[in-house]
Amino acid sequence: MKKNRRQSRAIVRLKEIWRRFCKNRIALAGFIVFMCIMMVVVFADVIVPYEMTEKPSPPDRLTPPCAEHPFGTDEFGRSVFARIIHAAPNSLFIGFTVSFGSLLVGGTLGIACGYFGGRFDNLIMRFLDMISALPGSLLAIVMVAVLGPNMRNLIIALIVGHIAGFARMCRSVALSISEQEYIKAAKAGGSSDLRIIFRHAVPNAASTLIINTTMSISGVILSACSLSFIGLGVQPPKPEWGAMLNDARQYFNGSPYLMVIPGLAILITSISINMMGDGLRDALDPKLKS
Amino acid sequence: MIRYVVKRFLMLIPLVLCITFVVYGLMSLAPGDPASIMLPSNAPQEQKDALNHKLGYDRPFLVKYADFVYNLVFKGDFGISYRTQQPIINEFKTRLPISITLAFTSLTLAACIGIPLGVLSAVKQYSLLDTIPSVMALTLSAVPSFWFGMMLIYFLAYKLGLFPSYGMGGIEHWVLPTLTIAVVYAAEILRYTRSSMLETIRADYVRTARAKGVAERTVIWKHAMKNGLLPVITLLGSSFGAQIGGAIVTENLYNLPGLGTLTLVSINMRDTPTVVATSVIFATLYNIILILVDLMYAFIDPRIKAKYSR
Repeated sequence: MKKNRRQSRAIVRLKEIWRRFCKNRIALAGFIVFMCIMMVVVFADVIVPYEMTEKPSPPDRLTPPCAEHPFGTDEFGRSVFARIIHAAPNSLFIGFTVSFGSLLVGGTLGIACGYFGGRFDNLIMRFLDMISALPGSLLAIVMVAVLGPNMRNLIIALIVGHIAGFARMCRSVALSISEQEYIKAAKAGGSSDLRIIFRHAVPNAASTLIINTTMSISGVILSACSLSFIGLGVQPPKPEWGAMLNDARQYFNGSPYLMVIPGLAILITSISINMMGDGLRDALDPKLKS
Repeated sequence: MIRYVVKRFLMLIPLVLCITFVVYGLMSLAPGDPASIMLPSNAPQEQKDALNHKLGYDRPFLVKYADFVYNLVFKGDFGISYRTQQPIINEFKTRLPISITLAFTSLTLAACIGIPLGVLSAVKQYSLLDTIPSVMALTLSAVPSFWFGMMLIYFLAYKLGLFPSYGMGGIEHWVLPTLTIAVVYAAEILRYTRSSMLETIRADYVRTARAKGVAERTVIWKHAMKNGLLPVITLLGSSFGAQIGGAIVTENLYNLPGLGTLTLVSINMRDTPTVVATSVIFATLYNIILILVDLMYAFIDPRIKAKYSR
């Protein structure tokens, strides 16, 4: 009975969030575009078989966009359309795995630091300070070079690079929540640490975490593409937008479409995620809306 | 205040030493040795061994590492590069100015575009002056900077022939790399400025200033700006620090001989001493800038200054 009531309250809340989200036209546009991209990811093999990304056909090389090849062909005569479509799952997989992976690892560390404090907090935070003292993508680049450039190692390297940010964010959220009256009340009522964290702290931190994770996905996709662009990511002949741009550099005067199209693919993906993230922020937390 | 600053600077020393250990360790785990990468693949094994021996690569890890740290700490010397077999410091002398200039000019340009537009769109919220810059910033923040750079090369360098697209030379060589970095950062600065100014112009003290009859222009550009720009300064500082070493992709795109290209080449050549040396430089500069940003806060905001002196 009690559980049912709680569930229906959650549904009402979700409906309210969805209603606010839909009122934001930019967010809704982002959501629709993103859903289209997800459809492409799911039905990639139906739209165009994977073999098309690998099949070279020398007579067709560097054909500009036409009816047969909607996005033209590259230097081996492979269909750019097929490669763009089949690169989408890679980029989105990297974006989601890295964001949620670093949320999981960084979030656990950060919440533990904020909740327990003391020496544990100090040790972990100093270690993370060290990681983030190396600016930009340097750590990721070194790690990919050491582990060997491929998609799995790219994901590992990017997660390591993103942990510190998530841990800091979760720590500050945990600190601010642990000061709240209801946590003190729960403590006074004799709830265990674990119960307080999962029953009270996590649900209250959820909106901040969801917003920041969504917003980080597009950043991750951009850094994954730029690492692939300098040759330290997904390796050819696997299709990847950043790597395609790198290949296109040699042919840019004759075949500009080779570098316009993958860039637009990255742009559309990351902008739709950003638009969705902005809308999600306004819908989840009206207080934050400026 | 001075105690705090000295403490922050002293904390840098163990931090940088830890970084040298992590990077040196990581690089030593990388497959491949410098000689096999530098020499042609059909070179006899003895020749490779001899070169590795000459470079000091065949010593045990801890010996190599201790030697590196000893030279760095007691002689202030980064040692010899495996790749060029020259002192690493020579390489820095020519490359560091390039990276710093690029970071400085592009972020100054970004601030000059981003801050005024951000303030304007906050002041004129919901008008066209707000929507247009905000939508542009939203779009630009989703643009991969290397792709933006490629588009600039294609249109401005190749189609219109306005600027050279690679290498070093006169001022015209700096235009495209600077624009590439600046435009993407300008978008971010605009978004930051806008949201922070929106918050500030609703503050009580701003209302008081208006009620006193202070001119609207003074209220915005003097009273509100001081508080509104604090988060933007942090963003600028950390971006500048990050950009000195983070321009790897842009430098690679434009073939600029800065620190970014050096890092990438050295990683690919397994030139461990150079990679560690660049990491030391990046980490030190980055953290010094972060300390300076904190100091600047204290000068701008008396409340923060009061906190330090306690």
